[in-house]
Parts: sequence; structure tokens; C-alpha cells
Amino acid sequence: MTAANGTSVSIQDLSLNFGAVTVLETLNLDVANGEFIVLLGPSGCGKSTLLNCIAGLLDVSEGRIFIKGKNVTWEEPKDRGIGMVFQSYALYPQMTVEKNLSFGLRVAGTPKDEIAKRIARAAEILQIEPLLQRKPAALSGGQRQRVAIGRALVRDVDVFLFDEPLSNLDAKLRAELRVEIKLLHRKLQNTMIYVTHDQIEAMTLADRIAVMKGGVIQQLDAPQTIYNRPVNRFVAGFLGSPAMNFIDGQVSAGTAFKTGDVSIPLDRYAFDAAGNGGGPCVFGIRPEHVAFGEAANTMPFATDAAVEIVEPMGSDTLVWTKLGGHNFSFRVEAEKTLRNGEPIRIGFDPARASLFDSQSGNRM
Amino acid sequence: MSMANTAAPAIAAASQDIAGPYGPKPRRMFSRRNIFLYGTLFVIAAYYLLPLYVMVVTSLKGMPEIRLGNIFSPPLEITFEPWVKAWSTACTGLNCDGLSRGFWNSVRITVPSVLLSIAIASVNGYALANWRFKGADTFFIILIVGAFIPYQVMIYPIVIILREIGLYGSLSGLVIVHSIFGMPILTLLFRNYFSSMPEELFRAARVDGAGFWGIFLRIMLPMSLPIFVVAIILQVTGIWNDFLFGVVYTRPDTYPMTVQLNNIVNSVQGVKEYNVNMAATILTGLVPLIVYFISGKLFVRGIAAGAVKG
Repeated sequence: MTAANGTSVSIQDLSLNFGAVTVLETLNLDVANGEFIVLLGPSGCGKSTLLNCIAGLLDVSEGRIFIKGKNVTWEEPKDRGIGMVFQSYALYPQMTVEKNLSFGLRVAGTPKDEIAKRIARAAEILQIEPLLQRKPAALSGGQRQRVAIGRALVRDVDVFLFDEPLSNLDAKLRAELRVEIKLLHRKLQNTMIYVTHDQIEAMTLADRIAVMKGGVIQQLDAPQTIYNRPVNRFVAGFLGSPAMNFIDGQVSAGTAFKTGDVSIPLDRYAFDAAGNGGGPCVFGIRPEHVAFGEAANTMPFATDAAVEIVEPMGSDTLVWTKLGGHNFSFRVEAEKTLRNGEPIRIGFDPARASLFDSQSGNRM
Repeated sequence: MSMANTAAPAIAAASQDIAGPYGPKPRRMFSRRNIFLYGTLFVIAAYYLLPLYVMVVTSLKGMPEIRLGNIFSPPLEITFEPWVKAWSTACTGLNCDGLSRGFWNSVRITVPSVLLSIAIASVNGYALANWRFKGADTFFIILIVGAFIPYQVMIYPIVIILREIGLYGSLSGLVIVHSIFGMPILTLLFRNYFSSMPEELFRAARVDGAGFWGIFLRIMLPMSLPIFVVAIILQVTGIWNDFLFGVVYTRPDTYPMTVQLNNIVNSVQGVKEYNVNMAATILTGLVPLIVYFISGKLFVRGIAAGAVKG
């Protein structure tokens, strides 16, 4: 897709050090025109720092940044063709919504009628027309965030940068605005780079997700690929709620995974190019990929277990049991009522599992 | 399950005391605690107000009445003569035009010093807090160390500097001295205030294209009324009450009010006019007092305005 649309943002060998601390390490990232990229990772992984580097709010230690084919490494934020939306909204408290929206344009000396036209357009897209004469203090969290997006919108930029824009909102509003941002992206077709630690936001919004840890991009791929074929144990554990089951054990050269008295056949598992070297490894399978009851018997691998704890979640129920002495969870429909200690049959298809090397954590 | 539901209220009802406590707990007006608390407050307030009372009362008496010696008794015959004399005819050294000369001198010293020092210190604080230029920390440390050097050490060097640049004895010389000496504490004040402002606001303004002065004047200043009020209170009272610099760096005809007050009160010739002295002292103290009253209200309002989230 990169080749077809051209590159919008290109980050080349970017490093950033604060004194002796390396925050970003020779990072490379190409974002296609109109693409929605999500930078996902735990706090302190450098994702916000990377965004600030792209925005020009932080000086880089090494490397280059291109936006629309122009080297902007030394440019001021305003000259980069970016608009930014912040977690705390960062609206100017003493200005009305209208003045907030127009501030950047007024600084740039845009003619009055042009400013009015752009504000009208942004207000219409974001449905904030009735709020234009209000001060930020008189707005709700969701309205504030809409105004903050509007401030980026009026500047007619190529690239939108979002720094955890929904983290300060409550869960319901977050879900609503998430959909709105997605609709906005479809309408505007701008390049968007979105930082979050919320995997659901990442999964729902992104064309591609870049999972980051320790200033390094661990995996950059489409959400489904990252979800189904995580490249290492960190990515596998970070995405998915409830989390993937991890079982420590051994993989024998004879294509089976052994833990305790359980042996899982791996003839259906697609090993990576590096292949199966054998030795200690971690077997991972997502709770929703585990079949239960009758269905378990149709699976390539099935075993007996006993219910330990039942966690009803409303839409479905998470059941905890033991597999080879390890805690193991799986999902069943909410209608199923299970008693603690009830014997059950579970099974799964090893083709949907992930195997990670115990030492490196990399996918096998 | 249903059994438990019906049983619970029955048990509760049995143990309920119909005449028991209900609503807010009553509090006695004359409890031992209240008497002790308000008694202490009253004694302390009286202790601090007594000197002021004596001053006001004495300043409204004529000299014969003062000689009777009852300093706490209210005036039998109220006279404003001492106030008029203190303001317009009391003699200090060569001049006999009262405190009025010193008052206007003090105004001409205080107003420019306050404006200049706050203008410079606010920009200093803003630059130190938001534009982390190279060497900012060193600069800040040097500035703060300046606050700990005793004034006495610097008096003579400053006399020489002012003499060399031809400002010794003039009001502008004193204005410069006050502005410089206000710098460390004011810069610290502003730096801390601007540091406490959300950094994302500053970043948003940069993305919007505002520069150093644009952000300062259009974003930061409108948000910093409270800290400006604090700085004005500090500077006005500090500079108005200053005696040392006033006496060292000015000449008799440009003495500030405090120095003139001292010269009136401590004059050794003739009779001690206690009523005039009291009136002169109150007049001199009036300006800081008014500043406290006016800005105190503004201060609270400023803080309240700043406290609104957003």
C-alpha cells in the first residue's frame, strides 16, 4: 500500500537520548498517505516521545524525519504541516472555542474571511457550532476533545498527530469518540498517527499498528496479523483482553509440546522460517480459540480439566482451569452455567497457537 | 435468598431506637472547646491591635492631653492638627514641607521599580520554565544564590557603580537597585508558577505557530493574574518599606517616605511631638495596608479563577 499511495511520513534512523538514557533507538517507520497508524505500547515505551519528535516539539539526537517528501528534521512545528491533539486537550482557557480554533490561523496572519470559512467547516464536521462562543471551562470532556481536534482541523494539515486523545475520558465517551475519529479519518482521508496504550483503540482504529517497547518498534503490521501472529511474547501478551494463555514447557524435535503430563501435537503449527530447534519454550493460545464441551472433541487436541473459577463478563464468561499444572483460561457463551469443580472437556487447534522461545521470547 | 430479604428489615426494626439521633449532630455554642478557642483568638487579636489603637488615639490628641500620660484613654478633644502637620509642615533636616515630599518620592520609586522588576522577572521565569535553553539551570542557580548574599556586602560596590554611571543620588539609580534586588525571588516565583502550568498548553501553542513572545503575551499572561498579584504585593510592600537603600542611594531632597519618617521621629531638637510622630507613622504605613486590603480580595479571586479546571 505504501508504493501505491506514496509516503506521507518517513522516519529514518531516528534516535533520541536524554543524557545517558536512550529513549528511541535507530527507529525507522514509513507511513503511507492517508494511512492510520497507531503507536501502541506501555507507558515509558517512547511512543509519545516519537510523536513529539514528528511534531518537532523535541529535537532528535540522530536521524531524519520526512513529511510529504520534505526533510523537516530542523523545522519548527508550525512549518511541518502537522496538527496535534493532546491528551489534556490543551485548550487555551481564556479564549472562547472560536478563538481557540482560530488562534493558529491568526498567528499565521490568515485573512479574516478565510478564517471564518475554515472554522465554519471544522465546526460543521465536528458538530460544535453551538459551542463556538463558550469558554473551554464550560465544556464537557468530550466537547473539549472535539474542539481540540477542530484546532488541528482548521489548519488544513497533511498529518494529524494524536497523543492519547481519549485517555482522559470515561469509558462510554471513549467508545463514542473512537468511532467519531474513525469516521473523521474516513471523511478526511488524512494521514493520522495515533498514540495510545489502549489495545482496543489500537485494534479498532488502525490500518497498521506499531507495537513499541523500550524505544524499539517490536512489530508493525495490520491489527489482525499482530493479534493472530505476534512476533514475540511481549506483543502476544500486550494485545488481547482477556490475555493470552502462556504455558511453559519443552518442544521436542519430534513436533510436540510437552508440559507436565500434557503433550500437544504441533504437526499443524506453522513454524517460522527459523524453524523448530527444540528446547524450552512458551506455548500461547488465546482464550477465545479454546473450544469447550462437545466442540472440543472435534479439535486436534483435547483434554479433560476441571472448572476452578468462573468470571461472568456479561457478553461472555471467562472460565479458569488448569492445564498441565498451569493456569489456563477460556471463553464460553454467557448462557453456560458452570459450577466450580465441574469436570469439563476443552480442546483447541494448535494451528491458532503461538510458540515463543523461552530465552529470546521470539516466535518460533 | 428471599427469606434473607424479608428477615433483614425485621431484625433492623427491632434494634431501632425511635427517639435516637437523627439528622445533624447538635453542637453547643458555649462548649469548653469554643470558649477556649475564641478566648485565645480574642487575646491574640487584642495583643496585636493594641499598639495600633494607641497610635490612632495618640495621633488624635493635642500635646497637653498627651502630657497627662494616659496613653490608653480615648481623646477628650479630637484634633486632626497632628495629621496635617505630619503631612505638610513637619520639619526634616532642611525642609519643612512634611511627609508629602517623601510620599511622592516613594511613589516615584515604587511604581517604576515594581513595574520594571515584574516585567523582567516574569519573562525570566517564563524563559526558564518553558524554553529550556542551554545553561538554564546554571543561570537559575546563580540567580538564586544572589538572593542569599547579604545586602550589606553589596552596598558599597553599588555606590561606586552608580557613581560611575552618573546615577548616584537620583531616583532612577534607586529604581535600578530595587529592580535588581527583586530579581531572584520574583524570578523564582514566576518560574515555579509557569512550571506548574500544563506543558501541553505550551506545546499546543507551538504547534499553532506562536513564538516566544506570542506564547508569553497571548497564552501565558492572561492565565497568570494570581501570580502577578502576589508579585505586586511582595514588591510594593518590600520597596515601600525599604529604608536601607533609600537612605544610602538618595539625597535629602529625594529621600523616600520611610527615611523622612525616621528623620521626623528621631529629630533631637525641641519637644517630642508624639501625636505628630504617630500620625506620620500611620501615614507611612497606609500604602502597604491599602495594598493588602485591595489586592487581598483580588488575590483570592485570582486564585479562585485559576482553580477552575480547563
